[in-house]
Order: sequence, then C-alpha cells, then structure tokens
Amino acid sequence: MNNRPERNTGNNTVLRTRNLGKQVSSPEGPLTILDDVSLEIGAGETVALIGPSGAGKTTLLALLAGLDRPTIGDVQLCGEDLTAMDEDGRARVRGRHVGFVFQSFHLVSSLTALENVMLPLELAGAAGAAARAREALDSVGLERRTTHYPKQLSGGEKQRVAIARAFVTRPSILFADEPTGNLDAASGDRVADLLFNLNEQSDTTLVLVTHDRELAGRCDRIIELEAGRMVS
Amino acid sequence: MTSWSFAVKSLLRDLRAGELSVLLIAIIIAVTAMTAVGFFTDRVGRAIKQQAGSVLAGDLVLRAPAPPDPSFIDEARRLGLDATEAMSFLTMVLPADVDNESNALTQITAVGEGYPLRGELLVAAAMFGESERAAGIPERGTGWAEPGLLGRMNLDVGDRVRIGTVELTIARVLEYQPNQISGGMSAMAPGLLVNLADVPSFGVIRPGSRATYREFFAGPEADIATFRQRLESAAGDGIRVSGLEDAGEQINSAIDRAQRFLTLASLVTVILAAVATAMAARRYALRHLDTIALLKSIGATQSFVQNSTLSQLLLVIIGTASIGSALGFVAQQGLVLLAPATLYIELPPTSWTAGTLGLLTAATITVGFALPHLLMLKDTAPIRVLRHDMPPPKLSSGVTYGIAIGTLLLMIYSIVRDLKLVAYIAVGVGTVALLSYAAGWLLVRSLTRFRGAAGVAWRYGLANISRRGTESIVQIVAFALSLNVLLLLTVVRGDILQAWQATLPEDAPNYFLINVDPEQWPDMRAFFETELGASPEFLPFMRGKIIRIGGTPVDDYVFPGDGGKFFVRQESNFTWQGALPETNRITAGKWWGADYTGALQASLDERVAGRLGIGVGDTLGLNIGGEEFDVPVTSLRTIEWDSLRPNFYLMLSPGEVEDLPQTYVAAVYVPRDRRLVLNQFVRAFPGVTVFDLDVIMSQVRMVIDRASLSVQYVFLFTLLSGVIVLLAAIQATRDERRFESALLHTLGAGRRKILQGIAVEFTALGCLAGTLAAFGATAIGYVMAEQVFELDYTLNPWLWPLGLVLGSVIVGATGTWATRKAVTEPPVAVLREV
Repeated sequence: MNNRPERNTGNNTVLRTRNLGKQVSSPEGPLTILDDVSLEIGAGETVALIGPSGAGKTTLLALLAGLDRPTIGDVQLCGEDLTAMDEDGRARVRGRHVGFVFQSFHLVSSLTALENVMLPLELAGAAGAAARAREALDSVGLERRTTHYPKQLSGGEKQRVAIARAFVTRPSILFADEPTGNLDAASGDRVADLLFNLNEQSDTTLVLVTHDRELAGRCDRIIELEAGRMVS
Repeated sequence: MTSWSFAVKSLLRDLRAGELSVLLIAIIIAVTAMTAVGFFTDRVGRAIKQQAGSVLAGDLVLRAPAPPDPSFIDEARRLGLDATEAMSFLTMVLPADVDNESNALTQITAVGEGYPLRGELLVAAAMFGESERAAGIPERGTGWAEPGLLGRMNLDVGDRVRIGTVELTIARVLEYQPNQISGGMSAMAPGLLVNLADVPSFGVIRPGSRATYREFFAGPEADIATFRQRLESAAGDGIRVSGLEDAGEQINSAIDRAQRFLTLASLVTVILAAVATAMAARRYALRHLDTIALLKSIGATQSFVQNSTLSQLLLVIIGTASIGSALGFVAQQGLVLLAPATLYIELPPTSWTAGTLGLLTAATITVGFALPHLLMLKDTAPIRVLRHDMPPPKLSSGVTYGIAIGTLLLMIYSIVRDLKLVAYIAVGVGTVALLSYAAGWLLVRSLTRFRGAAGVAWRYGLANISRRGTESIVQIVAFALSLNVLLLLTVVRGDILQAWQATLPEDAPNYFLINVDPEQWPDMRAFFETELGASPEFLPFMRGKIIRIGGTPVDDYVFPGDGGKFFVRQESNFTWQGALPETNRITAGKWWGADYTGALQASLDERVAGRLGIGVGDTLGLNIGGEEFDVPVTSLRTIEWDSLRPNFYLMLSPGEVEDLPQTYVAAVYVPRDRRLVLNQFVRAFPGVTVFDLDVIMSQVRMVIDRASLSVQYVFLFTLLSGVIVLLAAIQATRDERRFESALLHTLGAGRRKILQGIAVEFTALGCLAGTLAAFGATAIGYVMAEQVFELDYTLNPWLWPLGLVLGSVIVGATGTWATRKAVTEPPVAVLREV
C-alpha cells in the first residue's frame, strides 16, 4: 500500500478520551458499564484492551470508534470531537480515518471478496477502487480468491478479506474486535501476523480488543478493564 | 461514489444473490394482475356491451315522433358507421279472406335493409315451431306475424292479410325481435314485421299520423360516441337517443353483477400482493441490517443510506412495472388464444394506458408497503457491528400502518370509485384483520397444552410456534389469508356463481302473458293446469302517468337529469300488491305488508327515485285511467331485473286502486317440447299477448356464463398472489429455522427428527390457519353473496373440514419443502453464514 498520505506520526495523539462513561437502563435501575476512562493513544501505537467478559471492552471500543455515544465524557479522534457530532458526522470521521476488523468478519454475503474490499473505497468515492482492492487482497495473500463469495471462504480467509478491507482506505486508526476469536490457532496466528505486519508497514494506529493474552502481548501497550474501569 | 450508483450496484448484487425474489415477484404479480384485469375487464365489458346492442338492434338508436332528418343516416354512412331505419305504428289489420270476420289492432314494425344491425330476428315456419335466425328482412309484399296476431285472427303462415289498400302474405311467424322487452310491455297490440319499402303503398300513414320513427347506428365505440354527441346536439324536441347503457334492465342488471365480481377479484389480488410485499420487504430489511450497520461503520451517512434505498425502490418500481405490464399484456393475449370462440375480443386501443396502470400499481404497492420497512434501514445503529443482538430500529407503527392503510384505501377507491363502498370495505377488512389476529393469538395460546402430548419432534415443533409468539400469529394470519382466498376461489366462488345462475333456473318462466282480462282467470288457470300441470301467477297490471312530483306538475318540475324527464313523459306500467315480490329488496322506508288495507302508498325503484330526485316521504301525483291520485312514496326498492320475472318500477298498495280499469300479467314456464300448447292458448284466448322470453333469457345466461369465465380467469391471479403470500410467510422465519436446525444438527439430532419437527410446526400452523380461513371464507362468502351480489347464500358445511385439511396439507407440505435445505445442507455451511 503505497502513496500513503502524510499523517500524524510519533507521539502525536490520535485518540484521546476524558472521563468517559456509559450508563444503560436496566430493570434494576441505571447500570454503569463504563466509568471514568481517560486515555491517550499516539499515532502508530498498538494498544490491546483486555479484561474479563462484561468488563466493558467492547463498549469502550464502540465509544472510541464513534459507533456509540457516551453518557458522560468526550472522545477526540484525529483531532475531531466525536461527542459533539451527530451520527452522520461520526460516520464521516470513520470514513476518513477508521478501519475495522470484527470477530465475526462482517463480510457482505452477496458480494465477492473483491467487492467486499472495494466497498469502503466506493463509499468514499475513491478512484480506481477495483485496482486498489485487488492490491489489498494481494497483500493478504488472497489474489486467487477475488471472485469468491464469503460462503466459499474459510474463516481465516474471511478474516483476511476483512483485514484487506480495513487497510484498503489507509486509515489512521484500525479497531479490531477479537480479530482471532473465531479462528483456530493456526489461522489466528496468521491473521495476527498479517494485522501487525500491515500495521507496521502502513504506520497505522491499532486498537484491539482481545481475550488472548499472547496477542495482547504483541502490542506496545495493554489497557486492562475490570467492571467498567481501567485498572492499568 | 454517489448513492445512486451504489444503489444500482447493490441492487444488481442483491438480484444476483436472489435477495429480492419474493419482493419482486409479489409486486410483479400485482402489476400483472392489475394490467391484465384492466385489459380484460375492458374487453369483457365491451363484449357484454355488444350483447346489450343486440337488445337495442344497434349501438345507438334515435327515436322520433316524426320522420327524422334523412341527413343523419347519410352522415353516419359517410363516417363509416352502419345505419338503417324503421318505423312503427298501430293500424287495423284485416284478413284477406272475406269469410274470416276477425280483425286486430296491430303494431306494425316496418324495417329497412340491414335491420337489425345488432342482434337477430328469430322466425319459425309455423306457430311455436322451431325458431331459426332470419336471413334479412321480410320481402316486399310479405309480413312476419307474431303468434298473438295469428291466434287473434285465426290465421296461419301462408294466409293473406290486408293493411289499408294492400294485401300481404304472412311468410313467417316472428318469434323474437330486438327491443321486444324494453318496448314490448307497452305495446299492447300483437306485432307484424313488414318491409319499410311497402309502407307508402299501405296508404295509412298521412301527415299527423301517430307513428314512431327509429334510426339505428352501429360501429366502433369511439365513432359511435362522437356520432352520438352530434345527434344529440342536432336532434330536435321529442327525439330520444339511446345507447348501449340504455338497453334492457335485465342485461344491465346482469352486467352490473358481473362487474362487481371482476372488481372484487382484482381488489383481493391487490390486497394480497400488498400483504406479500410488506412481508417480503420486512424480511429484506431485517436481512440487510448487518450490511447497513457495516456500511455505517465504514463511513456511510444516514442520507446516503436513505438515498440509496430510495434509488433502489425507484428502480424496483420501474422494473416491476415494465415486467408486470408486459406479462399482463401477454396474460390477456393468452385468454384470446384460450377462448376465441366464446368471447368477443377486440384489441385494446392503446397500450400506454396499461403501462400507466402498471406503473401506478407498482409505485403504490412499493411506496405503501415496501418503503416503510426499507426506510427503517437508515436508522440502523452502527454499533450493531459489535453487538449483533441489537434489536432492529423501531418502526413508527403509526407512520407504517398509516402509509399502508392510506395507500390501500386509495387503491381500493381507484378500483371501486365509490366512497361509501370504500368505507364499507375498510371497516370490513379492518374487522377481519383484528379478529384474525385475536383468533390467531387464542390458537397459539391454546397450543401449549398439547406440547407434552407426543414425542420430541412434536414438542419441538409446537414449542417453536409458541416461542415465536407474534411472528407465529402473523404467520397464521398470512397463511389463513391465502387459504381463505383458496377456499373462496374453490368453494365459495362456485356457490355464489351457482346462486347467481340459480336466479335464472332452467324452469324459470319463459313466457309473459300480457293483457289478461280478470274474467278469463278461471279458464286460463284450468287451461294451464290441464296442459302443463301448473298454473301461472297473475299480477294486476295498469297503465298510467306520473303527473305531479311533490305537488309540482311534471312540466314545471326541475329534474336532476334527462332520465327522469323521459321517464314521466311516457306511460308507465304499475301494479298493486300486498306481498313484496321475492326479487325485490327494500332499501329505504318500509313495505306496507301483505295484509295492508289502509290509505294508498307507493313503492318506487331506487334508481327511478334517483332520476326523479325524490325519496321516501315525497308525494307522486298519478293519473291512472283518467283518475288522479296523490300518493306518498313510503319505500324504495332494488329489483333483480335479471330474474326475468314481471317487475315494476312503481308498485301501489292494495285497496284504493283495486277497482280501477286494469288487466293482469302472468309469467309461465312452458318446456321447449310443449311450446305448441301456446298455439292452442292464443286461439283460446285471442286477446292475450304472449311474449317469448327465451331469447332475452339466453342473453342473460350468456352474460352470466361469460362473466363466470372471466371471473375464473381473474381469480387465477388472485390465487397466484395468495400463493405468494404463503411463500412470503414461509420465508419470514426461514433464516431462523435454518439456523436452529443447524444447531440441532450439531447437537446430534437426526435429519428425520428435525424434519419431523419442522413438519409438525408447519402442519400445526396450517391447521390453525385453515380453521381461521374456513371461518373467514364463510363470513366473506356470506357478506359477498348477501350484500354485494344480492344473492341468497347457503352455508357450505364442507368449508370447515376442507379448510382444516387443505391448511394442514398445503402449509405443512410447502413449509417443510421450502425449509428442507435446513436439513439437507451441512450445518457448518449454515452456521458459517452467520
């Protein structure tokens, strides 16, 4: 992936939160699922969010990526205040700066591998979407799978398509939610290698949620959550 | 990338993946049905109108008290229309044989070449012999006499009669001529048909003679309409122009019922297609929530999603309208090939009307029933990419149902064009929907008690129905809807058509006896009892005029339209009677009752009342036999004219008018093989006029038969849309079922067990739906027969067992078949898709 545009590197902050909290209503009254999370993540940094189930990892990821709104506190992504924006504003920020890799891949079943990778480029109105998507599939070793539909691919292959889709727009920051959670050990290792290699090559910031201590260990920093609070 | 090009691309991808199949098929069926019905109703309507023409003897008739301007006929011929003329007058006919001292006041009808332009003349070689279609008109110097005239004058075919100074040979017996019924009752005298060219030689028509002149025109509908306008603007006072819609009440009444059948069929088709569309759109939307969430997570805005949805819908509308209209056109062409001999078919003049209708149907159904579900997509929460169990965005039920119901009402209105009827249908459909939902809920609840009754497959199947709750109820209602249609189409349709045909049974009276003297009753009754074993019913028959309306002389009265003016200008036939005839229904006010002996009251045909602009409580001034009466109108009636019984626009209560000069009219059934009995009858009772109803009866029967055929054809589309509802309902839970089956599979359940569970579930759903459908079909059948078609409906006990069995078998088999993949495909493939 060449022709990368200039972007923040080194210690420039890509992501910053202040006193971030999320409450939801439940039959027993308001329930705090995330409380007072303040953090900063620099450009090119790799960060793992870990913690037991229900600790608030996915909630934090959703808030960081602007997929959800906090009850309190604010989130700044690439210098833009997500909390002050409406849903469309946050969508535009995601379109410009963010890539995603999900545990359940989220490939569009009616699209081929190539079309799935083209999707974010098409949405952004980028020129040469097909060529760039082909190049991205090439970089994850799926150049022979371009015309395959998701149901014709193995789990590992699907996740590699998802990685290609995440990197094809050259995002500033990539969020990964349990990227190896649905894969066997061998496929998981391969996907993880790919993720870190591409991250290194493209100097993207990587924030990943995982249960896997080994995977977390490959990151520059580990943020541990417990009962909705940062414990490290 | 613009939302438009994204919409096109993703639509093509969805098409390729079969995501849109049911949705598109549902809309296409609605469009096909609407355009085919549009074309077809138009054609059948015209075919039936042609029948009406055979009653009038032309498509357009001009009637005048003096010779009309001869330029009318020349002009019509110049325009390419067929034209001919006739005149009729009363004169004394004498036998040429001096030994025969009889004579008769006779209605002479003199006709020109080409008469009748529509319909036919039926003649026989001897009195009440086998009738055949006449080729041409009577030759000069000859006449064709009605049996009544021959009876009255004791003549036979071959004898000669004298009119004025000329002798004519009776060459044929005239059994039927067009116009017989509509003008016949007022023509008291027996008729003789002669050649128009002979009339001057009779020397009986002089300036000032009372004669009626008629000109007949026939040709293409549009030309006739144009020519009619010219005639009406050029025609002077006393001239009346009648078109096909003025043909006999009997045919009109049958046509009216036929049109109600067709309207109802297309209405049901559209409602069903709309239901299927809504179900398919909902499923499509639910299946696309994840994709939309993904798109939003990678940068798609709400307006992008909305615009792309709207663009897709626009493409769907254009595509389905084009395909559906083309299929609609082919479908009605198919009918032309199917029944060329039995149906008069003329190609519709323009294809763009059908195209517009197709586009309109596609747009209304898509916007009304698919749009609300698809618009929900724009509100999909992007966090769904992380939390798959997020509930779908809430549809504002007010907006969704508001749009759907509003659209549906608009569509119903566009089909029936009657606000009152729309309100009636809306309340009816609403009640049926609510009742169905409530019944579905009760049925689902009642299932729980059977769960423990049998094996695991049984328990699994029934548990699924209860677990899916609302979805199961919706499914039951949808299944019930399509089964309902199936039952209506198979059982109730047959019953109603039969009831319709029964209004004109084989032994319906086929002769009217008019001008019966009350003193002849005993002899006449004895005659029929001896000869046919049955005596006819007699009704008093008097002639009179309406002279005042609400106290205002008719000459000063302001009528709502021309129809009323014509009605009071001529003498009308009245009757008095205690009991309300079977073929009449009171629509306003109250009937006086069989034993009534009080002050004089009148009951009026509802439509005539409309033409006169009066209602219950208004007073009519009547002149009957020189005596004047002011009578309050106390009830309005509708009359089943297609029953072909003696019926009267104006009926009076018994008592006051019983002693007025009057004759009697009777209707009698004479089997075809006993027709010659009438020969003796007219000789025994020469004063009585006998009217043969066979021709008009066969015309009414033909209208009924043709209408039945077209209704069956139109119902084919209704059936198709019923099947699509069934498919949409099965599809609604298909994904969930596949996933559950795959899970059970992985947990070790055998294929047979899973399939049994699915079969139990669908069969139980079908059984419940079948029960509901049987109730629905009975209720709808009853309402349709009694209220819409005004026919007597007998309950069909077969509906319930049939509903149960059909429901269980059809839904059980189709549902299991459609979900069989869940069992045959490897579970890993299903689970991987998730």
